[in-house]
Amino acid sequence: MNITILQFPGTNCEFDTKYAFERLTQNVSIIWHEEEMIPANTDLVVVPGGFSYGDYLRSGAIARFSPIMKAVKSFAENGGYVLGICNGFQILLESHLLPGAMKRNENLHFVSKHQYLKVENNENRFLRKCKVGDLLNIPIAHAEGNYYIDDDRLKALYDNGQVLLTYCDESGNADNPNGSVDNIAGICNKEKNVFGLMPHPERAMETILGSIDGIKMLEGFLA
Amino acid sequence: MKAIVNIYLKQGVLDPQGKAVHHALDSLGFGNVSDVRVGKQIVLDIDASSMHEAEKEVEKMCETLLANTVIEDYSIEIIQ
Repeated sequence: MNITILQFPGTNCEFDTKYAFERLTQNVSIIWHEEEMIPANTDLVVVPGGFSYGDYLRSGAIARFSPIMKAVKSFAENGGYVLGICNGFQILLESHLLPGAMKRNENLHFVSKHQYLKVENNENRFLRKCKVGDLLNIPIAHAEGNYYIDDDRLKALYDNGQVLLTYCDESGNADNPNGSVDNIAGICNKEKNVFGLMPHPERAMETILGSIDGIKMLEGFLA
Repeated sequence: MKAIVNIYLKQGVLDPQGKAVHHALDSLGFGNVSDVRVGKQIVLDIDASSMHEAEKEVEKMCETLLANTVIEDYSIEIIQ
């Protein structure tokens, strides 16, 4: 399994993400955004969290035009797996690799806490190790995680099984930290090879840090 | 010439910042405000052979980078 993690100016979760995947597999590398090619044999590209380009203009809006993103786009179009976490999710939305857009959190606060997520769909590579209805305890940390999509496209997301994760409390009742449409925390594209979520599974890999539920999510990508 | 681009969330897309500002105005006693939208303004110095050409060019910039048309509307004003 070869995993390539992207690094933009302002990315700050690349080393956590590398650490997390290295607990599960080998051959995890970080590449700078000015690269124009994804390393050969890459099975999964991860766009990690952070504040690429200082979140200027809109989160992810400028990173989207980095040279490497052209390669990510063709990698995805050829069926390669892509995972965007937090700012990575925002970059994939701005790149139109995933549908919808992010707004400022409804309460305008930067939310940083552990948050339960409910698995809504596991018929995909990412969450295949989870069961529908599983509750996962995963940290969130963002100011712009208020997912928006219009009603028609939202319906299409449900019809195609693209709504993967929703925010909930520890009993599984809806609990929305940011104002997201339908409490949505994570989605995928129609082809189910591009995934995006606001929560940070890479920060839920060690019992001593409060949760190991991230393992169950990330190991879905392994062979 | 100068191009002034105003960007706002689309009508119908809830504007969390506008709502907070509205609430603050309300608590300061400005009860006559019925709606607040917070947007951003981008001012560009641009070389172009005509105002029309400048506007066309800035429109392209808005569509590719300056606005996210999934949630935002924009308006362009060109000043000689």
